[in-house]
Amino acid sequence: MQLRAGGRGVHGGSARALSPFTRTLLALGIAVAPALAGVLPEDRADVMWHLYRGGDITIQGPSVLVRKKVGDNLSLSANYYEDMISSASIDVKLSASPYHETRRQESVAADYLHGKSTYSAGFITSKEPDYKANTEYFAVSQDMFGDLTTLTLGYRRGWDRVYRDIKTPQGFIENDPTFHERADHRGYSLSLTQILTRNAILGFNYELLTDQGYLANPYREIRFLSPGGLGFSQADQMYPSTRTSSSASLQLKYYLPYRAALTGQYRFFHDTWGITARTAEVDYTHPVRKHLILDGSFRYYHQGPADFYSDLFPRANYQNFMGRDRELAAFNSYTVGAGASWLFAMPFVPALGRNSINLRVDHLMIDYSDFRNALLAGTYGAGNEPLYKLNANIFQVFFSIWF
Amino acid sequence: MSVRVTVRLASRMLLAALPLALLAGCAAPTPWVKPYEREHFADPIMSFNRDPVSSVYLDHVFESREGARGATGSVGGGCGCN
Repeated sequence: MQLRAGGRGVHGGSARALSPFTRTLLALGIAVAPALAGVLPEDRADVMWHLYRGGDITIQGPSVLVRKKVGDNLSLSANYYEDMISSASIDVKLSASPYHETRRQESVAADYLHGKSTYSAGFITSKEPDYKANTEYFAVSQDMFGDLTTLTLGYRRGWDRVYRDIKTPQGFIENDPTFHERADHRGYSLSLTQILTRNAILGFNYELLTDQGYLANPYREIRFLSPGGLGFSQADQMYPSTRTSSSASLQLKYYLPYRAALTGQYRFFHDTWGITARTAEVDYTHPVRKHLILDGSFRYYHQGPADFYSDLFPRANYQNFMGRDRELAAFNSYTVGAGASWLFAMPFVPALGRNSINLRVDHLMIDYSDFRNALLAGTYGAGNEPLYKLNANIFQVFFSIWF
Repeated sequence: MSVRVTVRLASRMLLAALPLALLAGCAAPTPWVKPYEREHFADPIMSFNRDPVSSVYLDHVFESREGARGATGSVGGGCGCN
């Protein structure tokens, strides 16, 4: 919630007949019908506190994830996740108001094992004062070729409701009664895991995602040059009402001779908005004796701008679609991370022989190539402000037990 | 045996062998890493997703700030998070 008036909406489709989903599920089931034997995830519980701090935004909260087998073939899991957000970011300073809000997300999932096939289904619901999102997903996994290969086909569908908060004359914050939009999402995924040698395993993921509806942020605005001056004016963003994206990733994990693991990852992304992005990541995991596991990682991300993005448009109504969300800008991002896990047995509780306390810290740096700090326009003139940079620290502390 | 008969016989043998060759091509390959050679994959450090609660969170952090999405191997819910 950022308290602004104005905005527009497009179309949304919501829950309809189940036929497309049923057809997809049947197709997935038929595609991977043979049944031999797979493995369900371990029974486990994690309690985490997460903290993100950067760009005058602080987001923190708990996440609790529990997974438990029921019988030999069924594994159930549930997650509660919370974001407590306090934001005075460059975006809200420019066109909205600093705000505090809480997002709560709950999810449940089930994995059913039948021979070498695993059937998975889940539901995720997320609630914020001005955004409600629901997602359901289904997947079928099949182990093949002597269990060297695992193929997974997945489908997901989401339906969101988008609101905008305003401040009433009495000082109350409530949803703008004139603004209520929807967005629909669908996703199709294919994953392949392949054991290459006794020390190397390869993972491949492909995902096609489509969106339809109101896809912009209703609080943010574009800016355009004021006629004959150094300043700028602002106007509502105009986003396309559809988006389709494809992404493919490759992961290679290698077991080093002295019991350590090295992982390399690469992802390519492209969408119909003209965004092309590449992600490369290297992770290294190093156990120290029996009780300590150390992790280190470096992630590089490069993104080109969306076709309709501009930091500063030449004039109002310059083109049909106009956006200034910095998620659509061109930028390079670097993330350096380190983690440590301490493994221990619970004293006096023989049933809990495997537990861990985990700490992870990541530092995120984003260098924008065409997103300027518009708050400094008075000093430098519109279009000549310094490029914006974001530095953020991400902390995770979590406790895990296997039971 | 005339040349024509020889060619006809050879053709029939080839035709008969074709389905066998196709079937052989469809047969499952022999696992080149035997089950008893896979102990390293049982080590948690070789998991692509050792701590799901952590990896899902980091995916969410990146997806909220970047234009790219998907192909991470996990499913995240929707949100108005930027």
